[in-house]
Amino acid sequence: MSLPFSSAYPLKRARAHEVCGEGGLVFAAITAGQASGPVVWVSERWRPVVNPEGLAPYCDPGKLLVTRADTPLNVLASAETALRSGAVGLVVAEITDPIGLTEGRRLQLAAETGGTTALLLVPEGGGSNAAETRWRCSGLPASGTHGRATSPSTGPWQNDHDSTPWLWSIIKNKTGTLSEWVVRWDAAAHRVIVVSEAGG
Amino acid sequence: MQRRIVSLWFPRLAAERSLRANPVDAPFALTLYDRNSERVYDLCPRAESAGLNRGITLVHARSFCPGLLTRPADPKADQRFLRLLARWTTRYCPWVGLDGLNGLFLDITGSAHLMGGEPPLLDDIRARLARAGLTARLGLASTPGTAWALARFAEGIAGPGETLARIGPLPLAALRLADQTCTSLERLGIATVSDLYNLPRASVARRYDPEVLRRLDQALGNIPEQISPLKEDTSFAVRMTLPDPIGLLDDVMAGAERLIGHLCEQLDTAQKGARSLKLTFRRVDQENQSVELRLARPMRDGDRMLALFERGVSAVDAGYGIDMIRLEATRVEDLGPRQLTPSQTLEKDSLADLITQLGNRIGLENIQRFTPVDSHIPERSFKLVPAAYSAPVRSWPYRRPRPLRLFPPEPITGAGTTPPPRFRWRGRALTTLQAEGPERITPAWWEGDDDWTRGLRDYWRVATGQGQRLWLFHTPQNPGWYVQGEFG
Repeated sequence: MSLPFSSAYPLKRARAHEVCGEGGLVFAAITAGQASGPVVWVSERWRPVVNPEGLAPYCDPGKLLVTRADTPLNVLASAETALRSGAVGLVVAEITDPIGLTEGRRLQLAAETGGTTALLLVPEGGGSNAAETRWRCSGLPASGTHGRATSPSTGPWQNDHDSTPWLWSIIKNKTGTLSEWVVRWDAAAHRVIVVSEAGG
Repeated sequence: MQRRIVSLWFPRLAAERSLRANPVDAPFALTLYDRNSERVYDLCPRAESAGLNRGITLVHARSFCPGLLTRPADPKADQRFLRLLARWTTRYCPWVGLDGLNGLFLDITGSAHLMGGEPPLLDDIRARLARAGLTARLGLASTPGTAWALARFAEGIAGPGETLARIGPLPLAALRLADQTCTSLERLGIATVSDLYNLPRASVARRYDPEVLRRLDQALGNIPEQISPLKEDTSFAVRMTLPDPIGLLDDVMAGAERLIGHLCEQLDTAQKGARSLKLTFRRVDQENQSVELRLARPMRDGDRMLALFERGVSAVDAGYGIDMIRLEATRVEDLGPRQLTPSQTLEKDSLADLITQLGNRIGLENIQRFTPVDSHIPERSFKLVPAAYSAPVRSWPYRRPRPLRLFPPEPITGAGTTPPPRFRWRGRALTTLQAEGPERITPAWWEGDDDWTRGLRDYWRVATGQGQRLWLFHTPQNPGWYVQGEFG
C-alpha cells in the first residue's frame, strides 16, 4: 500500500510544506520552477543567497523576489505577509532556528488565507507539527557502475545534470502515508521523474 | 494697461543673511576663497565705513580693521535664500523673477491697489524687510531697466511717462552696461543716460557694441524685456485639523482615509503617482508622530494606500489624543492614466503592494531581484538589484553548470592536480566517487578581488560517495584545494 509519487508531488496548494536534508535546496529550486507566478524567497541577510546560475536549469531566476530579512523573526513575518497577500505562486523561506507550533500554524493559516503554497527549508528536526508534509532530500551516491574505485574516475557525469539521483522521502504527511522515492531531474521534460520506489 | 515693475535690490544680502542667523556686534565680513586668496565677499556697513570694500584680501582687510569678525561665505545658501524671498514677495504680486545674485523683479501691474497704491506698497515692502533685518533698495518704473536703475542709483518711483526724465540724469552704469563700455563712453564726455540718448542713434550703433542701444531701449521701453517667473514647486500635501483630539485607531484611520482621498484627487489632476508618503500626527502635547510609507510603484489609488498605511498607523502612540493630521507625498513620479480592466494590472498591483508591505518591514532595498552580469567569475556573474526599481529579467543566459549555493572558499587537505580521493569537509569524511573537470578560470586582475589572490583556479565537479555534489577547485600556481559550492 504505497503512496503514489504523483499524489504527493507537486505539493498540495495553499498549504505549508517543509523540507530538510542536504538536497533540500534542489527540492526548493524544482518546486519554485513549477510554481506559477513570482516566487518570494525569504532568507536571512547574512546567508549567501541561492546562486541564480545554479538555479537556472530548474527555475527561471527572473521569477524570484529575493527577500533578505534582518532577523529570524522577520523571515517568518515576511513569509507570512507574502503568503497572506496571495500575489505570488510560492513562498520559500530558509529557516535557521527550529520553529514552534505557533509559528508553523500561523504560516499554515496564512497559506490557506492567501491560497499560496509555502515551502520552508528547515534544519534537520527543526520543523513544526503544523506542516502539511515534510520531506527529507539527499543526494544518492552516483550509480554503481563505477564502483568505489581507489582512484576516482574523472570522466564526465553521466548525461550532465540529468543523471544525478536524489532520494526524496516524505517523513511526515497529514493526509497520507509515508514513502520514499529515488528521483532524478529530466532536463528535456523540465520535470522530476521517478527512477524507483525505494520503500513503502 | 501700463506695465509697472518693482526692482528690489539687496545690497548686503549675504552678510545680512549670516547676521540674521547669528548677530554680532562688531565690524563683520564674509570671506570667500577666490583668485588664490581669501577675499572679502560681503560686509556690513560698519566694516565698510572702516574702509573695506568687496574683493580686497582678508589680510588687507585685517590691517585696515583689526577688530573685523569674519565667517566663510556660502553663495549657494544665499541663492536659496533669494529664492525664498522671491516666494515671499508673491504676497504682493503673482509674477516675480530673479535678477542676478541679489535682486528681484516684481511685476506689480494691476496689483498695487491691493496695498493702497504704489507708495504704500513700497513702504510696506521696505518696512517688512527692515523688520527681517534686510536692507533693501527699491525702484518702481514702467520698465525693468529703469526700475533697476532707480533701485541702484536713485531710489524712488518713476510714474508712467516719466521714464526718460528720471533715468536721464543717472550715470551710464545705470543702464546695466559693462564697466569697459561705460569707461570708453565716459572718455568721450558722455556721462549720463540723457547724454547718450541725445546722440544720433546711427553713429552710436556704428561705433559701439549693439548692447549699448539695446540696454537704452530696454530702459525706455522701446523693446520688450521679459521677466521669467520662478517655477512653482508643486507640493502634494493635505492636512486636517480636528476640533477635539482623537485617539482610537478607527477614528485615526477614518481621518487618514479622508486625507488620502483629497491627496489622490490632487495627484490625479497633476497626473502623478506617489512614490513615498508621510503621514504626520500632531498630538495635543505638540509631539509629532509620523508614519512613512515607501511604495514599490508610483500610485494614487486611495483604497490601496489606506490598506498599506494600516500597519504603520497601528504603531502610533496617540498619547492624550491627536488634533492634526497631515499627509504629504514626499516623492512623486509621473503616472499617466491607466486602463483598469485587464486582470494583469491587478496582479501587478498586488505584487507591488506586497513589495511595499515587505519593504516597510525590512526596508525596500532588501526586496531584490537577480540580474545577470557579464563576468566569467562565478560569484560575480549576477547582481542583486532592488525589486522596486527594476523589472524582472526576461530570459536568463545559461552558461555552464554552476552550483546552487556558492560560499566563500573553504580549504580542504589535498595534493596533486586531480581531486583528492578522500577529504574532510565541514567535519565529515568524504570520498570522491566521480569528478569532472577541470574548468579553468583565471582571475579578473582588473577587479582586485582578495579571494582571487591565489591565482588561477581549476574547478572540478565532484560527486562524493556520501551523496554530496560539490564544486572544488585547485590553485595550481599556489597549490591548495578548496570547496566553493554545493550542487545539492
